[in-house]
Amino acid sequence: MKDFKVIEVKRSIFEDNDADANRLREELKADGTFLLNLMSSPGAGKTTTLKRTISMLKDEMKIGIMEADIDSDVDAQAIIETGVRAIQIHTGGMCHLDADMTRQGIHEFGTKDLDFVVLENVGNLVCPAEFDTGSTKNAMILSVPEGDDKPLKYPLMFSICDVVLINKCDTLCVFDDFSKEAVKERILNLNPNAKVIFVSAKTGEGFDEWADWIRTEVRNYKNS
Amino acid sequence: MHELGVVFHVIKMVEEVAEENDLTEVQSVTLQLGEVSTVIESYLQDVWKWAVKNRSQHMQEAKLIVEKIPAITFCEDCMQEYGTVEHGKICPHCGSEHTYLLQGNEFMIKEIEGQ
Repeated sequence: MKDFKVIEVKRSIFEDNDADANRLREELKADGTFLLNLMSSPGAGKTTTLKRTISMLKDEMKIGIMEADIDSDVDAQAIIETGVRAIQIHTGGMCHLDADMTRQGIHEFGTKDLDFVVLENVGNLVCPAEFDTGSTKNAMILSVPEGDDKPLKYPLMFSICDVVLINKCDTLCVFDDFSKEAVKERILNLNPNAKVIFVSAKTGEGFDEWADWIRTEVRNYKNS
Repeated sequence: MHELGVVFHVIKMVEEVAEENDLTEVQSVTLQLGEVSTVIESYLQDVWKWAVKNRSQHMQEAKLIVEKIPAITFCEDCMQEYGTVEHGKICPHCGSEHTYLLQGNEFMIKEIEGQ
C-alpha cells in the first residue's frame, strides 16, 4: 500500500513572483542599473519610441535594450542600428515576462555597466500587467488610433504604470474623436500618481518632457 | 489569457515543495482559483496535461484539482457586499462606484498530494 501524504502549500503564484521581482529589484539597485518595463499593445510604437529616446539620451547615459518577443528578432536589429546594446528574448509562446525570465535575460545580457535598461515587454495590455518583472518603473504606450477608451477596458495595466505615453499625437487631426482630456482623466481616475505625456515618436513632439522624466528618474535612483 | 505561463509557475513551485518534502512522485495538485482571476479553468486543464508530461520531473502523472473562489465586491458607501460577476463595479444596493474586490482574483496552490 502506497503511503500518500498531503502537504499544505497555501502559496499564491502572484505573491511568489512578486517576491522574486523584489529580489531582482535589489540586485539591480546594487549595480545602479535602472530597469524600465515598457508595455503596450502591438503596433503602438514601442520600437520607434525607443529609437528616438536612444538618440536623445545615448550620449548622457549607457543604455541597453531587451526586446521580448514571442519570436523573431526584427526589433532587436532595428535597435542595434542605433548604436546601443540590445538583446532579443524569445518568450517561447508566452504572453508576458515574469521576474524569473527577466532575471535570465539580465544575466545573459550583462547589465552591470549600464545606467538605463529598457525591457520591451510582449505587445499585450492584459498579461504583462499581472506579472511584476522586477523593474524599477513601469511605462506604457497607448497610441491615439487605439482610442481614448482603453483605460476603461484595461484598468489593471493603467493602474500599475508610473508613466503613460500617449503616442501618435500627430494623427489627432484624423482621429478627431480621441479626447486628450478624457484619456488623461480616465488614467488619473485609476492611478492618481501616473504621469501622462502626449508624444509623437514620428515628429518628436513631447519627447523633451519624456527625456526629462527619464533623466530625473535615473538621477534620483542613482542618488537614493 | 496566460494559462501556460501560470502552469509553468505552478510546476516550478510544486517541484520545490516536493523536493523540500522528499516526495518522488506528486499525485495531485489542488489550486484555488478566483472567479475573476483571468485564468480559464478548461484551458488550464488542457495546458496542464501537456506541461506536466513535458516540463516536470516529479509531476508526470499529477492530476490538477481546481477549487473555485467566488468573486465578492464591497461597497465603501453603503458597506454592503455583492456578487462581482453579476453586478460588476457598480453597487446594486446604492449605485455607488466606490467599490473594491474583496475576493475572487486568487490563484493559489492550496495543497499537493504525493509520496
